[in-house]
Amino acid sequence: MRADVVVTGVGAITPLGVGARTLHERWTSGVCAIVGGEAPCADFDPLDTMSRKEARRADRFTQLAIAAGEEALIDAGWGDGPPVDPTRIGCVIGTGVGGLATIEAGQTDLLGRGASGVSPRSVPLMMGNAAAAALAMRHGLQGPCYGVVSACASGTHAIGVAARMIACGDADAVVTGGAEAALTPLSRASFGALDATSSSGISRPFDARRDGFVMGEGAGVLVLEDGAAARARGARILGTVRGYGATCDAHHMVAPHPDGAGAARAITAALHDAGLTPAAIDYVNAHGTSTQLNDRAETMALKTALGADAHRIPTSSLKSSIGHLLGAAGAVEAIATLLALRDRVAPPTLGYEQPDEGLDLDYVPGRARPLAAREDDLPAVALSSSFGFGGHNAVLVLEGV
Amino acid sequence: MGTTDNTKIEDVVTKALADFGAEPGDISRDASFEALDIDSLDLAELAQIVEEEFGVELKSDDIRGIGTVGEAIDLIAQRA
Repeated sequence: MRADVVVTGVGAITPLGVGARTLHERWTSGVCAIVGGEAPCADFDPLDTMSRKEARRADRFTQLAIAAGEEALIDAGWGDGPPVDPTRIGCVIGTGVGGLATIEAGQTDLLGRGASGVSPRSVPLMMGNAAAAALAMRHGLQGPCYGVVSACASGTHAIGVAARMIACGDADAVVTGGAEAALTPLSRASFGALDATSSSGISRPFDARRDGFVMGEGAGVLVLEDGAAARARGARILGTVRGYGATCDAHHMVAPHPDGAGAARAITAALHDAGLTPAAIDYVNAHGTSTQLNDRAETMALKTALGADAHRIPTSSLKSSIGHLLGAAGAVEAIATLLALRDRVAPPTLGYEQPDEGLDLDYVPGRARPLAAREDDLPAVALSSSFGFGGHNAVLVLEGV
Repeated sequence: MGTTDNTKIEDVVTKALADFGAEPGDISRDASFEALDIDSLDLAELAQIVEEEFGVELKSDDIRGIGTVGEAIDLIAQRA
């Protein structure tokens, strides 16, 4: 990335609990939050963060974004208001499906009570840009603001375009991330009809027995700032967005390219953007969904893009702990990656026991492990990848501190 | 004046406003919607509840003209 874009705050509401540090510590210590084949945010109470009025004006995906955003802004030292001109602060939040529960409730009202029974709150709750708008409204962020929609790559795309906004001079800071709350009857039935979700209810990415993803919900929000400005105000820096690459398979709506060709190009583009070679990468936070197709294609993509280094670099999937957060996944994973880099640790792929033929990378089975020491004493660097239905591939190069 | 008594209307309106997030203790006939932080989206929802409960149709033009809880109750009572 041509400009210096740093992360000054993170917040996450995930199935592992409330808080970005909770996510990092519980995943690293091997906790799995999947219960009964799903991963809800059971500890989340919207009224801990927002008024009843604000909560009622927000679908659950927006509530999760508001709560994660609150944590991120306080973490960035923005608790008493942003230190940057608010007209120069952007807000970009990704989501896969937006206010799906609201849409389903509206449809029930329409069928049961007729058109006049549909709530006037339906539109502001269901729209996919609602989380971005709600965060902007709550904190007075008046720069560029919109949602990003690219299925399970949304969260990573959001962070990528947010970093670009700063790099291009459209904003001095951007509140960005992803949010999803799609544990609904229609969503379960729809993903189930595609055979995309696990019938065993177990998320075990890269394992030979993997049989589909386990759906989770949550939100991750990051505060990105222009590096020079953040340092000038003495901000605590959590890491740097070094590079971003995005491509499309243009191959199939719900299956990755079998060789992972598009994903490999995205990884290469992100490395190029960062000005780095595979030798500089210490850790890969994989998309690793636990589907047959993704984990194979992703392994091939990593080998294509990273060459021999692919076998050296520890590669693990957060989805083994919290399932697949769809449009929030990339944001939550970027946060988990930054905190792992800070602690120089590779968190584990939980449940990985049986290698599959051809899936022969170091998936960090079972337990976390320290990252290999670097001779150059520079901060650790990682890839965080997301691949979405539609063939969307997005990859970040993140650097710790 | 219609057949629905004002107490029933007042109860329905008060409950709706509290559901929308207004402080129950602040809701009175004299309270302005602005002071209760009740905005146009809340009033659209109130219109829907009133139509369902009393069969009174409130258009957005009708709603725009009212500023207090009492004015809303009186308008509904006139039409009920």
